[in-house]
Amino acid sequence: MTASVDELHLIARRIRKTVLELSHRAGTPHLGSSLSCVEMVVAAYWGGLKLDPAFAADLSQDRFILSKGHAATTLYAALAMKGIFPESWLEDYAKPGSPLGEHPSPGTPGIDVATGSLGHGLPVGIGLALASRIQGRDDRVCVLMSDGECNEGSVWEGALFAPAQQLNRLTVMIDYNKWQATGRSDEVTALAPLREKWSAFGWRAVEVDGHDVAKLVYWLNAPPDADGRPTVLVAHTVKGKGVSFMEDDNNWHYRIPSSSEVTRALAELQPL
Amino acid sequence: MRNAFADEITTLAERDSRIVLLSGDIGNRLFNDFKERYPSRFYNTGVAEADMIGIAAGLALGGLKPVVYTIASFAIYRAFEQIRVDLCYPNLPVVIVGVGAGLGYASNGPTHHSCEDVAVLRALPNMTVLAPADAWELRSLLEAALQLTGPSYLRIGKKGEPLVHETRPAIQIGQALEIRSGSDIAILCSGTLMPQTLKVASDLESTGIKTSVFSMHTIKPLDEKLLGRLFRDVKLVVTIEEHSRIGGLGGAVAEWKADHFQANARLLRLGTPDQILHHSGEQEHALEMCGLTVEKMTSAIRQASAG
Ligand SMILES: Cc1ncc(C[n+]2csc(CCOP(=O)(O)OP(=O)(O)O)c2C)c(N)n1
Repeated sequence: MTASVDELHLIARRIRKTVLELSHRAGTPHLGSSLSCVEMVVAAYWGGLKLDPAFAADLSQDRFILSKGHAATTLYAALAMKGIFPESWLEDYAKPGSPLGEHPSPGTPGIDVATGSLGHGLPVGIGLALASRIQGRDDRVCVLMSDGECNEGSVWEGALFAPAQQLNRLTVMIDYNKWQATGRSDEVTALAPLREKWSAFGWRAVEVDGHDVAKLVYWLNAPPDADGRPTVLVAHTVKGKGVSFMEDDNNWHYRIPSSSEVTRALAELQPL
Repeated sequence: MRNAFADEITTLAERDSRIVLLSGDIGNRLFNDFKERYPSRFYNTGVAEADMIGIAAGLALGGLKPVVYTIASFAIYRAFEQIRVDLCYPNLPVVIVGVGAGLGYASNGPTHHSCEDVAVLRALPNMTVLAPADAWELRSLLEAALQLTGPSYLRIGKKGEPLVHETRPAIQIGQALEIRSGSDIAILCSGTLMPQTLKVASDLESTGIKTSVFSMHTIKPLDEKLLGRLFRDVKLVVTIEEHSRIGGLGGAVAEWKADHFQANARLLRLGTPDQILHHSGEQEHALEMCGLTVEKMTSAIRQASAG
């Protein structure tokens, strides 16, 4: 691990600040969704994977796919902070002509896959992992999905296939915040027990606190499973994490914060 | 339009206890009233569109009248094979309602755009394809679609679309509605570009080009009787839609014209270009990129009618 845990927490707070400001300025929804997965994105970019901007075109880089594309602002904040594209691009987020749309667009630096339609990231991630194995490379692939996304059949089709191919350099992180767009994710479908489901499908399935960045970094760096199983981190999270009045309140799936709400939220994120 | 849909389906469900509403985890509070009144007839089937269509097929086989609601792109593209095999093959009465069709979700980016939905559904046997011009047409078409014996697709806008009609029009599926008359040019519009289309027509009229406008709320089956008359009587027929020029209303009319070589009038098809609309911004800006503004459409038609 290159950054200390304190540094990682500071980065996470700064990402939350950017995410709040982007949602407010552009009037875009899914703020709770973006806040929910900040530590997972931080762990991927600052603690776990080789995602060096200087080698963006290098196929031996690790790959990260934000499959829950509606949390694009978290990804954008991270990519800008990492210098993968200029921070100034954030100013035009969601404006006509901006490469930073409400959902990630392939062709934007640091982004390979069009996500926004849920259920695409895992199959593409499996393809990337297979490509690297076929070509004898040892890079890793990490896919961040949401719990509502696990409603999709394509997720479970991929979940069946990856272990059959022993893709043990593939890691899935599931942002298990117990909410989807219009209901509790354990009520809309019988998602629980989620870890056991993945485990039964042949994955090395681990339950973690999705805001414990050190734990996430630990697992992203853990040696590949000796039995060849891909890894899934069933990460328990809180939607709207980091802002007390947004936490676990699914109105923030759609709501856009006013300027006074942003001010109150930023006060909670100190020190920045 | 989505509010009108929620309101109308709640009313219709009162009269017909076979109506069951499925939603793909969207429409947060939209169906609260429906859920309260008919708790056993509303299901959020989750972010699982293929599954939702299959379930609807089963409900229809079991004697009910399912209505399926989600964002148009996900309803059609994710579940296309289920629509073809589970609904069209056995010809089951399921109404699919696609919200924000065309560029209603422009700012969400290409994953949420649906400018090829009519093209793919129109090719399916037994499928009826409907695109109301406003909330009033939506209400009438929804009621009519629920009387069909086979599957239908209702392609609707999102919210706040201006009204075209003052009251609920009497609508027959397959029969276009004449919105204004004129003898030089006929414009056929399907869907929510109707307010702009009417503005185009009055701009043309002000320079002496007499222009009629029809709401082609039904794209399949096509109103062939009307086409026969128009292609005989006017010099230019124009199609306008928030859909690709490939395979939509314009495509359907072009196919008809190819099969009816005695058709006199020329055809101009206005729609979205054959490209993924990256970085489009809001719907208004996306329409501008596509040349679907009043000014651009008027000048395209003027040029075609002069040529
Ligand atoms: C295929 C597909 N269907 C529907 C949607 C609309 N939609 C956007 S976010 C969302 C669900 C959000 O819940 P979840 O996936 O659990 O993520 P969270 O926001 O809770 O992090 C839905 C249904 C979509 N983006 N993709």
